[in-house]
Amino acid sequence: MDYLSTLPLSGQLINLLAALVLLTSFMLLVQLRLVSVIHTFAWQGALVAAVTVIVAWSGHHGHLYLSALITFVIKAMFIPWLLHYHVNSLGLRRYVSAHPPVTGLMIASMLVVFSYYIILPIELIGDVGESRNIIAITLSVVLIGLLGMIIRHHAIGQVVSFMSIENGLFFAAVATTKGMPLVVELGIAFDVLVAAVLFGVFFFDIHGRVGSMDVDDMTRLSETRD
Amino acid sequence: MDYIHATLLIPLLSAIVMAFMPNLRLSSWLNVTVSSANFVVSALLMLKVMEHGAFKNNWFQIDEFNVYLVVLTTFVAMTTSIFSRPYMEHVCHMGWTNKKGMRLYHSMYQLFQFTMLAALTTNNLGVLWISVEGATLATVLLVSLYRTPEAIEAAWKYFMLCGTGIAMALFGTVLLYFAAQHIPGFDAEQGLTWSVLFESSKQMHPVIISIAFVFLLVGYGTKVGLVPLHNWLPDAHSEGPTPMSAVLSGLLLNVALYAVIRMKMIVDNALVSSNHPHLAGYMLMSFGLLSFVVAAFFLHRQRDIKRMFSYSSIEHMGLMTFAFGIGGPLATFAGLFHMLVHSLTKSAIFVTVGHATHISGTQNIEKIRGLIRTQPSVGWPLLLGVAAIAGFPPFGIFTSEFLLLIATMKSWPWLAPILLIGLAIAFAGLFRFLHPMVYGEVPDGQQAVKANMWPVILHLILVLWLGLYIPDTLANWLNEATRFISGTSVL
Repeated sequence: MDYLSTLPLSGQLINLLAALVLLTSFMLLVQLRLVSVIHTFAWQGALVAAVTVIVAWSGHHGHLYLSALITFVIKAMFIPWLLHYHVNSLGLRRYVSAHPPVTGLMIASMLVVFSYYIILPIELIGDVGESRNIIAITLSVVLIGLLGMIIRHHAIGQVVSFMSIENGLFFAAVATTKGMPLVVELGIAFDVLVAAVLFGVFFFDIHGRVGSMDVDDMTRLSETRD
Repeated sequence: MDYIHATLLIPLLSAIVMAFMPNLRLSSWLNVTVSSANFVVSALLMLKVMEHGAFKNNWFQIDEFNVYLVVLTTFVAMTTSIFSRPYMEHVCHMGWTNKKGMRLYHSMYQLFQFTMLAALTTNNLGVLWISVEGATLATVLLVSLYRTPEAIEAAWKYFMLCGTGIAMALFGTVLLYFAAQHIPGFDAEQGLTWSVLFESSKQMHPVIISIAFVFLLVGYGTKVGLVPLHNWLPDAHSEGPTPMSAVLSGLLLNVALYAVIRMKMIVDNALVSSNHPHLAGYMLMSFGLLSFVVAAFFLHRQRDIKRMFSYSSIEHMGLMTFAFGIGGPLATFAGLFHMLVHSLTKSAIFVTVGHATHISGTQNIEKIRGLIRTQPSVGWPLLLGVAAIAGFPPFGIFTSEFLLLIATMKSWPWLAPILLIGLAIAFAGLFRFLHPMVYGEVPDGQQAVKANMWPVILHLILVLWLGLYIPDTLANWLNEATRFISGTSVL
């Protein structure tokens, strides 16, 4: 507790929001209804945008306000809206996935511990001490996103996990390095946007041509195929 | 250095124009013209670098190392576009894709070129990441161009695996930027500039750099096709249109490997006085050797001709990664040379395979028979191309593999037998399938197709020439690049 109370208000807020982002990551892992998964994802995007605003405000990094805005618009509004649109048009509003969440939760907890373990050897140089916590949390968000991609069978669920990895990465960039140079951030946002649109194209193709949105049914390609 | 801008703008603008061009005949010819023009521009760029030496500013850097890859990229893009014109006409004629698909194809072909050239010429690691991700986005719809369930499955796999992989590379890039912030005199605008990071990397925190490199290697390594991150590669190659397979194998894998080597140079510099100065090299060596051996065995299990050659690509990318991992001047030289000859040979093979599949109407190896008798102009190049890729003298790949073997014997003698056995296994894997394909009984009704074999012949002549004699200019050039990467020159 001592460590947290020595931080300035902004630092405490960042830590709080980081914990909340991690919480949404866990929620993304265990939620079974596709629609709630998308909602949680929107919340995660909003939290990351909030962190960006705090960092911009406390450090007087003008360009971060812009990236906060972009993040909010893309990650908390546009992509969730797009996913909702696909869910509706593919008739999946009531879709509930069947994976048992317990094992996933246990592995996810281990991943968090593992992330802290990896970050441990970074000694305290300058302000690394504060960032170390954040790097560990963002690494966990990334790893839990990967885990989500493994345990989710539904194509849309997989994409949400994939995008949450992107959230974790953006969070890492903002919280530890006060954002990347603006051009780079704009480029990354553009790539994410294009990827989101392309995923939509694939949802329709998979639904229409493969016939099932369950990625476990994609087994046509193998080494011994004729 | 206006040539840099020109070489980037030409494909970008033509991608936009071709997206809106309704006339297919015109746009397929434009594709050829534009690609050839870009090759000329990049050749001029190389001449300029030869005259005035390396060049760098905040956005671009052109040095001995990347300019030869730029020329190679535009060259293979040019020859592949020449091949793709009649090929895609045939595809369109067979009804595998429609007019909209063809417009997408032409536009994305140019956009893909743009992203690769941007990745090669940029001096900013963030832009490098964006370009490599952009290359995935540009090609993913091309892999699913035929819209069969298999093609969609392959594209989905490609998208998810490479997307995730490249996300890891972004995490590595963030960590690198984080490490750069603790360099005294840090300038936020230049925090991702490669040349600045390279010069000041000794002051970066070694632990952060090592963690960053793990993520960068996994990320870009996915695109190189390193085992065990290679699963997308055979699928994307076998289901996409053949010109795409040719440029993916011949160019994109090189660009990804280029990114890895750039990172390795920074990391090597940063770790030089730490406990593990060769960490990056060891990691490249183990990933490379694993890919090489696994792919050599997998060659034996293939039933699809394009899958077989994509495993051969994995095998060769493994060899190159291994070479750069060893890292001495000789191995680096071998790696650079191998990038060149593998690119030329593999794209020639894919082009030939494209015609072969049209002749026999299938990609199934068991059903492709008697190519030489049906159409000698396809059968012979396939035979020669495979001989070249398997490392037969006097082709160029023999030279680079031989150099690599010598370098291995010098520094890691106990790894040399693994290399030799792996090469023998790969050789057997390729030829057990090739022999019946080119010689066997001709199936009833098999007919020759319209094929433009000039690109293939040109590539194979170049590879043969490079195997017999490396021109002094090229040798000096690669020597400079080697000195740049490994610190010492080989000649």
